Amino acid sequence: MNVPVMQIRGIVKEFSGVRVLHKITLDIFAGEVLGVLGENGAGKSTLLKIISGIYTRTSGSIKIDGEDVDIQSSSDAKRLGIAMIPQEFNLISSLNVFENIFLGNELKNGFLLNKTLMRSKANQLLKELETDLNPDSLIENLSVAEKQMVEIAKALVNESRILIMDEPTTVLTDHEVDIFFALVEKLKQRGVTIIFISHKLKEVKHLCDRLAILRDGHLISVDDVSDINEEDMARKMVGRELNQIYPARAEHTEEVVLKVSNLSIKGLLHDINFDLKKGEVLGFAGLIGAGRTETAEAIMGLRKKDSGHIEVSGQAVEINSISDAVLHNLAYLSEDRQGKGLIMNFDIPKNITLISLASYVRGLIQHKKERAVARDYVKRFDIKAASINSNLANLSGGNQQKVYLSKWMDTHPNILILDEPTRGIDVNTKKEIYHFIRSLTEQGVSVIVISSELEEVMGLSNRVMVMRSGEIMGELTGDAINEKEIMYYAAGLKTMARA
Amino acid sequence: MIMSQLSPMITRMKRLDIATYAPFIALVLLIVFSSIASEHFLMPRNITNVLRQVSYTGIIALGMTFVIIAGGIDLSVGSMVALVGVLSIMIINGVGDGWWAVAMAVSSAIALGGLFGAINGLIITRGKVASFIATLATMSIFRSMTLYISDAGEMVSENQHFSDIGGGYLWAIPYPVWIFILLAIAYHILLKHSAFGRHVCAVGSNSKVASYSAIKVRWVYFLTFLIAGLSVGISAVLLASRLNSVSPGDAGLFYELDAIAAVVIGGTALSGGKGTIWGTVIGAIILGIINNMLNLMGISPYLQGMVKGMVILTAVLVQFKGDR
Repeated sequence: MNVPVMQIRGIVKEFSGVRVLHKITLDIFAGEVLGVLGENGAGKSTLLKIISGIYTRTSGSIKIDGEDVDIQSSSDAKRLGIAMIPQEFNLISSLNVFENIFLGNELKNGFLLNKTLMRSKANQLLKELETDLNPDSLIENLSVAEKQMVEIAKALVNESRILIMDEPTTVLTDHEVDIFFALVEKLKQRGVTIIFISHKLKEVKHLCDRLAILRDGHLISVDDVSDINEEDMARKMVGRELNQIYPARAEHTEEVVLKVSNLSIKGLLHDINFDLKKGEVLGFAGLIGAGRTETAEAIMGLRKKDSGHIEVSGQAVEINSISDAVLHNLAYLSEDRQGKGLIMNFDIPKNITLISLASYVRGLIQHKKERAVARDYVKRFDIKAASINSNLANLSGGNQQKVYLSKWMDTHPNILILDEPTRGIDVNTKKEIYHFIRSLTEQGVSVIVISSELEEVMGLSNRVMVMRSGEIMGELTGDAINEKEIMYYAAGLKTMARA
Repeated sequence: MIMSQLSPMITRMKRLDIATYAPFIALVLLIVFSSIASEHFLMPRNITNVLRQVSYTGIIALGMTFVIIAGGIDLSVGSMVALVGVLSIMIINGVGDGWWAVAMAVSSAIALGGLFGAINGLIITRGKVASFIATLATMSIFRSMTLYISDAGEMVSENQHFSDIGGGYLWAIPYPVWIFILLAIAYHILLKHSAFGRHVCAVGSNSKVASYSAIKVRWVYFLTFLIAGLSVGISAVLLASRLNSVSPGDAGLFYELDAIAAVVIGGTALSGGKGTIWGTVIGAIILGIINNMLNLMGISPYLQGMVKGMVILTAVLVQFKGDR
């Protein structure tokens, strides 16, 4: 661990004149796990994209094994043994595991593919990584965690010595995270260097040897993990003391604003019943695939219901499309911000007014009004962007989420459904969003929070519904809202007595 | 010394997204080059002719811009020109003489264009057929219908006023050019300043996000094909009037390619989501000037296709660079 495998010297990156990385200097040692921490927009992704050749640096130098290298493209990086495991996997779903592992590095027998050799080599590699993955399985039949294994195996076939992983665990279940940790140990033993981005401080503490913390494009510190605790990490990331992240729960009225009865979708949802009170935060907990997103989409008219009644403020309503839902002042922020929420090549105003556009049209679109309103939201939510004309693709995840919130707030909802509202978002922005939810409930808006982060559900909700395989298993209030109770219901170990 | 003054300007322009202004710069360069290369180029008569030639495919390209921004393509426009043209001449000859017949022919040409566009749109949105395939099929169907109803013979108008529309002038500018300009302004407003135009861009950028934003994706997509059809109707009747006849086998042949080329040269992404009407206007004019110059310089007509192809490739390469 004494020879730096990579020496980063004075790396600067500017985007159209705006400096986003300020002279980063950092040594990375062979066989270590280096955690990179920072809020959204701190520059960690930018730095790693420079190392992996996706962006080119504005100035500075990189040495590998003591020799200057010029990384201009991802194929340069690949040649130097640097691989990035993206959050969205680059696997071909119609091919099987070994074909993907050897994609671009096919072993040949003269002109023909040597499938036997590729299969056995893949098998050996997967064995070494202690997975029971079958090299002949089709990618489309694999779980997210298994796909990640394939990506890692693919990187190893490319003889990568430096693996960069961007929030690898956000997509994994708890059990899969354990397997992933074991895999990282295996990789370390092989002498592979791992650079690891995560927002989960506990995980970083557990997994990494050293931690580099970035803030506003500056490298704040590099510490051995034994020298730093979680509070210090958070403080260094944010640059000030973090107060309590969850605001105190608000009192709510008993007035029912949304009543869902007998909601069913064949094969997905079974007899969902619940109500939502004015000013309340209702949490929906459960494992991935429990039917929480489907419930929200059915209420919003995005999925066809087989049965079910919905009442809004005591009135029975027919919601057959999302336009109907908007008409009844319902709002839904999807968990898939980029795929279903925002248009990445639209600027901030166009995204914010996409649903509420009609209120900006008097014959023609009133661009001035549109932009003025957008500026108000940018101020209100402290959205950080180079300019209001920035495309959403150039904003960090946290700022994108704020634009997404603005977009729905501009429809003036009474009922707001948030699906994984803080996925992939830094601590500080999380806190801002939590406090915003609180202030909404004070104004009489009712909020449903769907989240796979137990802490979030517990920290925010007045009441929690726990779902499992398309059914509501339990309803928790007050002191009953705790990790143990939720997990019991979510795992099917406990069921609510039906009235 | 000039370079040292230019370079800060160039970096500033780079920030302004060079791909957006590339068509305009290309047009200016082309005009400068053309006026040096041929003394005839800048003569008013030549310019008028180029613009008139440009307006027929240009009008179609204006409609095509909406289709392409929404993420589709319409290959049937060329055949549709022939079919609408033949039908409008049949109508005018059927109704008889006088301006009344001309008005009937013009309005029914536009209506028929709209109808055929709507048929494309219905097949694509209701039948969920990819626009490339659906309009490839209707391209063949429309052409075949044209040949059948005309018995493959040239259709000649017997109305004495009909040729005045395509051949007339207002303030020394041909009517088709006026219509091209007015339509471009109207379409520009529709694309950039109406909710519909915004929705077209949204659908072409990410139809999933659009549908989750309460936009009627299929309806918007349908309307783009309707607009393309209406534009074809207008272009077809202007063309029929200009020649006072329609030749069913040749009319509108390869117009789809010219229209798509004009849109692409104008900077609209073939992948959808963004584009401009003024870009398409410039794209159409660039194509027109290139054709004109090849003629003026006495270059073999057989080489014109090659030059056009190279211009399209250059335009796409510039776009691709700009995207990165």
